[in-house]
Amino acid sequence: MTTVERPVGGRLIDQFEYGLDAPICLTWELTYACNLACVHCLSSSGRRDPRELSTAEAEAVIDELQRMQVFYVNVGGGEPTVRPDFWHLLDYAVGHDVGVKFSTNGIKLDKARARQLAATDYVDVQISLDGATAQVNDRVRGAGSFATATRALENLAEAGMKDFKVSVVVTRENAGQLDDFKALTDRYGAQLRITRLRPSGRGADVWDQLHPTQQQQRELYQWLLAHGDGVLTGDSFFHLSAFGEALPGLNLCGAGRVVCLIDPVGDVYACPFAIHENFLAGNVRDEGGFQRVWRSSELFADLRSPQTGGACTQCGHFDACRGGCMAAKFFTGLPLDGPDPECVQGYGEAALAARDGSAVPPRSPLDHSHTRPVRGQPTLLGMPALPPAKICDESPLSGLELR
Amino acid sequence: MATTAVAFDPSRAWRKARSVALRPEPFGALVYHFGNRKLSFLKSKPLVAVVEALADHPDAVATLVACGVPESQWPAYERALADLARSQMIEERTPVPPTTRRLAAGPCTEAENA
Repeated sequence: MTTVERPVGGRLIDQFEYGLDAPICLTWELTYACNLACVHCLSSSGRRDPRELSTAEAEAVIDELQRMQVFYVNVGGGEPTVRPDFWHLLDYAVGHDVGVKFSTNGIKLDKARARQLAATDYVDVQISLDGATAQVNDRVRGAGSFATATRALENLAEAGMKDFKVSVVVTRENAGQLDDFKALTDRYGAQLRITRLRPSGRGADVWDQLHPTQQQQRELYQWLLAHGDGVLTGDSFFHLSAFGEALPGLNLCGAGRVVCLIDPVGDVYACPFAIHENFLAGNVRDEGGFQRVWRSSELFADLRSPQTGGACTQCGHFDACRGGCMAAKFFTGLPLDGPDPECVQGYGEAALAARDGSAVPPRSPLDHSHTRPVRGQPTLLGMPALPPAKICDESPLSGLELR
Repeated sequence: MATTAVAFDPSRAWRKARSVALRPEPFGALVYHFGNRKLSFLKSKPLVAVVEALADHPDAVATLVACGVPESQWPAYERALADLARSQMIEERTPVPPTTRRLAAGPCTEAENA
């Protein structure tokens, strides 16, 4: 464990590298359960984990966040709204000065829920959409998911909800649709939020196929420079700053420093893209709760010191991109103090090519993926072999264990 | 939101906006506005003390004096306060008439007595 003396004064970003007394905000995945099976799911969600935090335990986490003055949380999953106590927890958090921004595929956002949300202050909704057309979206998110999402957007707009978001993960297949996404979002009076595809969770399986090309990254960078003020990014594309001009935002990896993840079973990870034991700092069920994990975990102490070594510190663009995304490096098998796999100066491609062919990139042993195809299974990886709906559809004896 | 951003005049009475919370941090504080959900940071502890003491003094200049901020630094502090006024983190208040004003105990009381 390294303890480095914090400097006095200087730039805010330099202070952030040494961490804060509490996160600026954090991501809280409420459940691994999900009705969809998106090919790039960062948390390999699908099935509920039986060890999921109970309602009372979740309330205790909210109480603690209120004490620590964490003013808002990004709630996700899985699909958070499939938790039966989701709406209760939403009210509970808002009632305890913890604002909620939640991400959903829209499955539960009917007209009544949309009206309820529109009437609640301090709640933000993000509808996930990974294509501006059903064709592009449904290939990765599953057949019917575009229709579900746009119906939710219609309901929110109709209810008079303000400032809701459309959240897009930029892929090779939708990178050319940025203007279309903006137009679609404007049509509902919503705000566009775009984030980066990471090789996390099932994202590792499709990253080679879906991560934007260098040319697309350059176009994305230009697009962000032109539209950056009207588009949210969650500070997701700071690695693009090495193209030249800094993008709006912190331009810093905030993992364990200013953000973290609480997963459905209460495990605290450095960031939502880093669900792996190497980035596990503790559990909110441990003695001392979340506060103790945030303030005292050895992992977070290690992350809270500026990077001083490694190939990137020798690069003229280091101050712009700070070496990029820790999770993107880790899950592509690159060293954490080296270049990001999508380094815009091209060092990432070289590093990927130089990987030892026999070494397999690390993978999280946690996988809550559905074990069988879901309705509207995404087709990006080919058509799934659907099991017969009833065992007798195929053969009167199939699936029966006859001894 | 009832409050609107106004130009910062250091000769008027100010206070931390009522819908704003300050969270202490090692370098200063995180500032959060519950109304517009904006987040900001105060980059030094003396600035935190000034923002918290605004409500106890007849105007912003008097607050700087009371907090012992050297005059050479006033322009920098006034710029910081102007930024906070623009983002509605501090708001104007009706000053209490000087004759009835009583200085409450606050973070800058010591500096004032010094």
